[in-house]
Amino acid sequence: MRWLALWLCLVQGAFAQERVMAFGPEAAAERLVVRSTTDLEAMGPVIAAFLETRPTVGLDYEQWGSNDLYRLARTECADGAAGADLVLSSAVHQMVDLVNEGCAQPWRSALTAALPGALRWRDELWGVTQEPAVMVYNRDLVPEGEVPRSRFDLLDLLRPAESRFRGRIATYDIEESGLGYLLAFADSLEATTFGGLMESFGGAGAVATCCSAEIIDAVIAGRFLVAYNVLGSYALARAAEDARLGVVAPGDYTLVLSRAAMIPAGARSSGLAGAFVDFLLSPPGREALERALLIVPLDGADGTLLDMPGSAASIRRPIALGPALLLALDAQKRALFRARWRDSFPLR
Amino acid sequence: MAEALRRPAISLKARVALAMAAVLVAGGIVVLAAALGYGRQAAREIYDRLLLGAAQSIAESISVRDGTLVVDMPVTAFELLAFAPDDRIRYRVTGPDGQTVTGSAAAPLPREAGETVFYDGAFGAEAARYVALTRRFAERSFSGPVTVVVGQTLLARRALARDIAGNAVAVLGAAGALIALLAWLALRSALLPLPRIGAALRGRDPTDLTPLDLSVPREVAEMLSPLNDFMARLDRQLVSNRSLIGDAAHQLRTPVAAIRAQAQLAAGEADPETRARIVARIHERTLSLSRLLDQMLSQALIAHRSDTEPRALVDLRDIALDVLEDAEAAGGVVELDLPDDPVMVRADAVALAEAGKNLLHNALRHGRGPVRLGVRGPVLYVRDNGAGPGEAVLARVGERFVGSAGGSGLGLSIAAAVAEGHGGRLRLERRAGGFEAALCLEGAA
Repeated sequence: MRWLALWLCLVQGAFAQERVMAFGPEAAAERLVVRSTTDLEAMGPVIAAFLETRPTVGLDYEQWGSNDLYRLARTECADGAAGADLVLSSAVHQMVDLVNEGCAQPWRSALTAALPGALRWRDELWGVTQEPAVMVYNRDLVPEGEVPRSRFDLLDLLRPAESRFRGRIATYDIEESGLGYLLAFADSLEATTFGGLMESFGGAGAVATCCSAEIIDAVIAGRFLVAYNVLGSYALARAAEDARLGVVAPGDYTLVLSRAAMIPAGARSSGLAGAFVDFLLSPPGREALERALLIVPLDGADGTLLDMPGSAASIRRPIALGPALLLALDAQKRALFRARWRDSFPLR
Repeated sequence: MAEALRRPAISLKARVALAMAAVLVAGGIVVLAAALGYGRQAAREIYDRLLLGAAQSIAESISVRDGTLVVDMPVTAFELLAFAPDDRIRYRVTGPDGQTVTGSAAAPLPREAGETVFYDGAFGAEAARYVALTRRFAERSFSGPVTVVVGQTLLARRALARDIAGNAVAVLGAAGALIALLAWLALRSALLPLPRIGAALRGRDPTDLTPLDLSVPREVAEMLSPLNDFMARLDRQLVSNRSLIGDAAHQLRTPVAAIRAQAQLAAGEADPETRARIVARIHERTLSLSRLLDQMLSQALIAHRSDTEPRALVDLRDIALDVLEDAEAAGGVVELDLPDDPVMVRADAVALAEAGKNLLHNALRHGRGPVRLGVRGPVLYVRDNGAGPGEAVLARVGERFVGSAGGSGLGLSIAAAVAEGHGGRLRLERRAGGFEAALCLEGAA
């Protein structure tokens, strides 16, 4: 037992979680361990709503970086160790890989069965959120007429040699942001325009930088005019606080990311984890996720800050949970993709 | 009554239904196994092709840049594999040195060599199907075989195999049900003649023993014709019984009337001597009457036996000895003429002996000695030196109760009936200086 505890210490030491919080009664009869890449602030109310229905349950929430979470889950899977009861990650390609490697256990219910095929794989992986990849812009600096409502608009803005958008368009640096890589990769699968867009970005001196918060702050501050492929949940959260931030879902197509949840094969409280999945898929759970902006309605509901030029049905492109995402993890593919990316965004 | 005697056996319909059910169940099991095998085979071929397609598309994406392998993993490979949407997949590209260039090092390599090899392997705890494809490079900077391995778990294959098998079983099940239905209808129509025969029998007058004239299938005729034979036999017996009674009454009337008249005469006769003579005559007449009765009973017996007794293999010489013994007991003098070898015939020994006794009795009583009893081939004969019976008697041989009381006709009739009952005939011949009566039988095999 002692060496196991020591080993656990080492593992925990090797992959450090960012934040930890315990929900529910301290002396709870059952405890559910959730490891997630989602911000504690966003998930907290959702968890609280879940625990309201189950007062005897305690929930330990660990917030992780996606790569660390992936490595930890793989290590535990390979060792057959018990770790989290539920893993929830926005790096859905990593989640697909975990399921493909047999690291998950199935859970079937009427709610999981009702999920569309793109949001369910093998009854072991479920897409629980709905977050469009959007463009954000500074309302003060980009007049209504110039607001890019599609990728083509963006290309048009960048085309003139003396465009004022040159050097003031940002997107995720895919080498620093796993999410940025995933979205860029999904873009490359989705449309042939992506090659042109990257070239255009490169030619226009677009900036690849890290992290949603930094990019959005820079747009609000006016350092960038437009940012491409920002996750809608973060963008809308900031737009609610700051009127200077405009949010547009690209009208040619909008990638929609669903954070994926799985129950690891070694989960101790798999039944409870399944119940949590069901809660996230149930109407009260979806309401809570919507309040947390983790579900962004795309069916044209009024009162949202999301500017949607096209009809939701024709523009939405869910990132389907399935083996095709393994392509994003392929070492060679990744290297080639990065090399191409680096051609457009040379290191400064 | 029949029901009271014996429990009814399982009905024909039930038997056929049971046999049919057994055939369908056994056939169903065979069909199910075959359908499963076929489904598995078909699913394997279909998904093997997808695997191969994916491997080929990966192989085509391999290029050599600056002396190293570059695999630009194509999305089409994954799109092909996505035809099995819930199956886990693994791929692996290995260079000439066996080093994994990209993909999962956990994907097993084929055990046998070849350009394209399909093989079963493990995928963690699950079973999976793999294909290995070898592409050879011969460039200045790089040469040697590069192997692409693509594998997939078996969920979709199994589901497709089940689907195919399920469809096949559904179609064949429907066909089986149709066959059962047709068989049932055919059986019903085949059994229809049986109730028809029953109805025809039930609707008959009790004294009507004529053959049933129904048009029935050959198989049912096999039952109907013995039934008709049986009724014919019954009819013959009834007729013979009836005529026996009639003939007996007729035959007995004259001698009984004569005896009565003699007795009346005796009662009125005062002279003791004359009375004694009359009484002696009465005695003689009653003896003759008693013999007549014996013969009548004998004929009835023979007629009965000829229809009912089974035939056995007997030696005709034994029959002749039997006949001789009886005659000698009655004080007759008979010469015997028997061959040295047995003469085996298929016959009813009692009836045959009875016929022989009658012939010998006639010869002893009506003919002239010496009387000879002999066997000549399948022929039992009695010969004497008399002239034989009169033409009128000979002409009527074969009819019942020929001749006057105590005459030779009845004996001849019995002998003729027995001969015919054995498939032979009674031959009566006048010969030079004598008369011969012979029972000619069919020689036994």
